Amino acid sequence: MSSLSVRHLLGIKELSVEDIELIFSTTDQFKEVLQRPIKKVPSLRDLTIANVFFENSTRTRLSFELAEKRLSADVVNFSASSSSVKKGETLLDTVQNILAMKVDMVVIRHSSPGAPHFLAKHIQANVINAGDGTHEHPTQALLDAYSMREKIGDLAGKRIAIIGDILHSRVALSNIFLLKKLGSEVMVCSPPTLLPKHIGQLGVKVEHDVRKALAWCDVANVLRIQLERQQIKYFPSLREYSLYFGINKAMLDALERPIVLMHPGPINRGVELSSDAADSHHSIILDQVENGVAVRMAVLYLLAGQR
Amino acid sequence: MSKKQLFDSQQLSITIERLCRQLIENHDSFEESVLIGIQPRGSFLAKRLHQRLQDITGKNILLGFLDITFFRDDFRRRSQPIQANRTQIDFVIEDKKVVLIDDVLYTGRTVRAALDAMIAFGRPQKVELLVLIDRKYSRDLPIQADYVGRRVSSLPTDRIVVQLCEQGFAADSIQLVSHDETK
Repeated sequence: MSSLSVRHLLGIKELSVEDIELIFSTTDQFKEVLQRPIKKVPSLRDLTIANVFFENSTRTRLSFELAEKRLSADVVNFSASSSSVKKGETLLDTVQNILAMKVDMVVIRHSSPGAPHFLAKHIQANVINAGDGTHEHPTQALLDAYSMREKIGDLAGKRIAIIGDILHSRVALSNIFLLKKLGSEVMVCSPPTLLPKHIGQLGVKVEHDVRKALAWCDVANVLRIQLERQQIKYFPSLREYSLYFGINKAMLDALERPIVLMHPGPINRGVELSSDAADSHHSIILDQVENGVAVRMAVLYLLAGQR
Repeated sequence: MSKKQLFDSQQLSITIERLCRQLIENHDSFEESVLIGIQPRGSFLAKRLHQRLQDITGKNILLGFLDITFFRDDFRRRSQPIQANRTQIDFVIEDKKVVLIDDVLYTGRTVRAALDAMIAFGRPQKVELLVLIDRKYSRDLPIQADYVGRRVSSLPTDRIVVQLCEQGFAADSIQLVSHDETK
């Protein structure tokens, strides 16, 4: 198969295992392109892509923009903080105005879960979800799984622990969907207050002791405490969170077998990860960033092929 | 539908031998020259030529494989995106004489894409093209081969079917498959 089964990338839920394998094998080829002296290919030179970010983002937007430019697409960036959204314009109006400028694909980040799905129903352009509220962040999950596979091989049967703020994380949900599809065992580990009520129904193990989670897993994907999404206090203090759920290098070195440490960024250094753990040989955090561009190039390339 | 055998194993081997001799005439010991096979099937032919050239010259000759998928001009004109192959060029082609190798030269669009893709690895001194089959009178672009295994006249509806041992076939066979238009 050399074509995705979907027209938009809205979430991992909609992807088949064949889609995921196709994205990964295309990513392999784009990783090679990114090693060349000239890292640009002309595949999308006739397309215009709008990056519509209603929420702040640094690395995801940069990663998408770089991927689009390396595929030779024309790129327009839109951020809500400096737009007519502040004047009361609706999401659909905003995007339809952008589309009237002959945009072919829309990469959208929005604080409301389902915003990309809503758009996909109303516009002709291909829609890529770059994070919708606490719902999904599919390209992050794809690059996470790709990075894991690069490090430890086939993920079927491998044990992956997702540690941190699960409640407010779209990365956690997309990761769970994807890793389950690839046959991994998944554990979530966090304080009970930072876990969604029915998380167990997704077929994941639940743990509250970070040391037990680390001892169990092959890969620890540590998530950021999302203070900006927390309206109330979910734990007494950052210091206490760090004491009970923070990971340092000594904890990793003390494990019976080596594990891979990941983080989607940005890291709260000294809270969920100490600096010596984040910068240790266990960590593949910078590989994740590098792979992010190649994964996004693969997604854009494959979706563009269906236009 | 009719089939005409263009090459069997023996004929292919004789032709490869001739092409190697022609290459040596122009490239001598290959000290400043490299071979690049266009993925996927040009790479099989390139491997064979490379092996034979090394046997004849006794020199270590640089060989790479180039995938042109992302440089094609028919991307999005097809019903499905084409799946890319692996590019493997572990050397710099700056100032080298490059011999691009493919199995069939038809419209010239693949070679055009290959020239584009190759530039990402440096600016060569000279580029030559070697093909096993040249389909005459079918070019969309002004591209011609420097070394040709065999020239054939064919209709746009014809197909060249290349089956090589490296692809898992019992023997090499290259055929011109024509659709009978009188039926």
